[in-house]
Amino acid sequence: MKQTRIIDAKGMHYTPLNQEIRAAVKEGVTEIILENVNGQRFIGNGLRGEDVTIIINGVPGGDLGMFMSGPTCIVHANAEHAPGNTMDSGEIFIHGTAGDAVAHSMRGGEVYVRDSIGYRGGIHMKEYKDKCPALIVGGGTRAFLGEYMAGGILIVLGRGKDKTPVDERGVGTGIHGGELFIRGEVPNHLLGIGAAKKPFTEDDREKIRPYIEKYCREFNVDEPELFTDEYVHIGPSSARPFAGKYCWE
Amino acid sequence: MPIGSVPPKYKVTIDNDLCMLCERCIENCPYGTFRREGNKIMTFSRACTGCHRCVAMCPRDAIDIEEKPVDYRTHPVWTREAREAIYNQAQSGKIILTGMGNTLNVPPIFDRLLLDACQVTNPSIDPLREPMELRTYIGKKPRQISVKKTAEGDIDLATQLAPNLKCETPIMIGHMSYGAISLNAQRSMARGAAEEGTFMGTGEGGLHKSLYPYQDNMIVQIASGRFGVDIDYLERGAAIEIKIGQGAKPGIGGHLPGEKVDEKVSKTRMIPLYSDAISPAPHHDIYSIEDLSQLVRSLKEATEWKKPVFVKIAAVHNVAAIAAGIARSSADAVVIDGFRGGTGSAPRVFRDHVGIPIEAAIAAVDQKLNKQGIRNEVSIIASGGIRDSADVTKAIALGADSVYIGTAALVSLGCRVCGSCYRNMCPWGIATQREDLTARIDPDIMYKNVSNLIHGWTLEIAELMGAAGINSIESLRGNRDRLRGYMLDENILSVLDVKTVGAGAE
Repeated sequence: MKQTRIIDAKGMHYTPLNQEIRAAVKEGVTEIILENVNGQRFIGNGLRGEDVTIIINGVPGGDLGMFMSGPTCIVHANAEHAPGNTMDSGEIFIHGTAGDAVAHSMRGGEVYVRDSIGYRGGIHMKEYKDKCPALIVGGGTRAFLGEYMAGGILIVLGRGKDKTPVDERGVGTGIHGGELFIRGEVPNHLLGIGAAKKPFTEDDREKIRPYIEKYCREFNVDEPELFTDEYVHIGPSSARPFAGKYCWE
Repeated sequence: MPIGSVPPKYKVTIDNDLCMLCERCIENCPYGTFRREGNKIMTFSRACTGCHRCVAMCPRDAIDIEEKPVDYRTHPVWTREAREAIYNQAQSGKIILTGMGNTLNVPPIFDRLLLDACQVTNPSIDPLREPMELRTYIGKKPRQISVKKTAEGDIDLATQLAPNLKCETPIMIGHMSYGAISLNAQRSMARGAAEEGTFMGTGEGGLHKSLYPYQDNMIVQIASGRFGVDIDYLERGAAIEIKIGQGAKPGIGGHLPGEKVDEKVSKTRMIPLYSDAISPAPHHDIYSIEDLSQLVRSLKEATEWKKPVFVKIAAVHNVAAIAAGIARSSADAVVIDGFRGGTGSAPRVFRDHVGIPIEAAIAAVDQKLNKQGIRNEVSIIASGGIRDSADVTKAIALGADSVYIGTAALVSLGCRVCGSCYRNMCPWGIATQREDLTARIDPDIMYKNVSNLIHGWTLEIAELMGAAGINSIESLRGNRDRLRGYMLDENILSVLDVKTVGAGAE
């Protein structure tokens, strides 16, 4: 049975706020509503709990859900940098934009951003067996998208963008695992070393469909073209991008 | 035009009168230096790395290995190494990889620092009959403490102390990851450290299940690759270390080649089998000291402020200012890794030419933090080329709280510092994941070597302290008057803040 608790975060430091969240989870609360959040960092850091939902009314500070394992965070505003940093599992939905390094080194779980994100989105995401992290961006991204990606899936829908949703350099530099799907076109000169364009197949379309459906459901979006438009598929040109760089002494 | 091959570095010979054809040399050398032809063991010196495994395992002492005399024209500048590096790169066009520490002939400053001893007016202390306090607490210390009286008239401490690591010796084992070294090597060191009441670093390779029994004596590491990092990993460690830089390769990241990522390494690092494990040069969420502070705090927040967080940097020119920033970042200790630090793999040009000696770095950081009145905000852990208990004692006298040892711990497991760690064929079962080789270390036996080494050095430190009239490590820390510089120039003495030999106490 759902148990809800409302916490007024107005003027609160992040440590007592997180302590209250942890205490609530320990007591069996399954829905925590944070009111008046205004830049508190580290909300939900290292928090466990598969059936826990944190609803954030306001703008959370950096590292939202870092190391988080299980809970769902729903942000009804923009978010600062690095939501989902090194996240293990769980979901983050951001009803707005997010800053730099979104989903940095994310190991599992899903991050959905309704609008655009900053630099270094999805950098160094990685996967292991059933843990396949996903970052879905509704708008566009800045430079260095998906650099050093070692696994996972990164989808950029480009909503509200006239041309390419990614028009800055360094896409997939050093990528050695995982895949990027970017709606529209990505000029070749924006790809970083180690990244390669691959054919976008019907299997790929089926692969990204559930993520787009979830995006539309969460953010109340009805745009059938998201499912039918062409996407650029980018992956590693090699699983060993640096294997040829070194010789032995 | 082909350049041709270079001459072998070692000459391996077998005394056929002593050899009994047991073939242990063939079994023990993974590089293929030996083969049997009829009633003879033949050698292929070109394959030899000088690891001495064959010499150690030969029951008849029939094997000799000597460095082969250079047969190039002798030249004081164009050494064999300089020429062969060019041949190598002219043929490959690649970066030269190497292992272990700096091989240039740069004399350690430690060897030119001499420790003090009491004589007549101020008697030395005998550690056999006087208590010597070597217990070291790593972490923040309060600027001052306050106490309160209880209703029963007892005195209670009112100041809330930051979490500290309690080490029974100022010697800890630094971070060497599972992947770079074998699990059996890690298990030996973890148990050895636990036996001596000290700590060992996991490196950036996660924490294998078989190390859980020693988790209270392990410091978990988080580096730019974030390998094996989840909340369970962070909670298991006694402390958490953020690796920013490494003495053997300041300014660059790490790279564990896919060949070493076998099933167990893949599971522990949480990455696919046989994929490269790339740690980029920077942490992508750290672009300033403020960002570093945020990572420190996020780790503390995730673990409910119960664990000390260390930050490791390489010793570089501006190390003191960087350490001052780290001290203000909420970190509990700064780890400084000097340019003689070891590595499983690094570009040779970095290992040999980037960074500064640990001795100068410790002194510069200690002085800077003292001048700024924040020395109590962080502990200083020094590492990178600590070879014996004298180095430990001198490092502490220069201002360190404790040291990390790396290569020394590996040597206690048999490592001969041959420098071929990056080839995944370590004949001593240390820097390899090949099961036939890793089986050469039995952690239930070899842990004792590690524990003996730390124990022996700790006894020696107590003796050195006693000789200097000091009975507590606290009194040795930053006590530069117990040091004198010998054959060091004035500039270095000034950086070290140490007087020259012959100068008395003020």
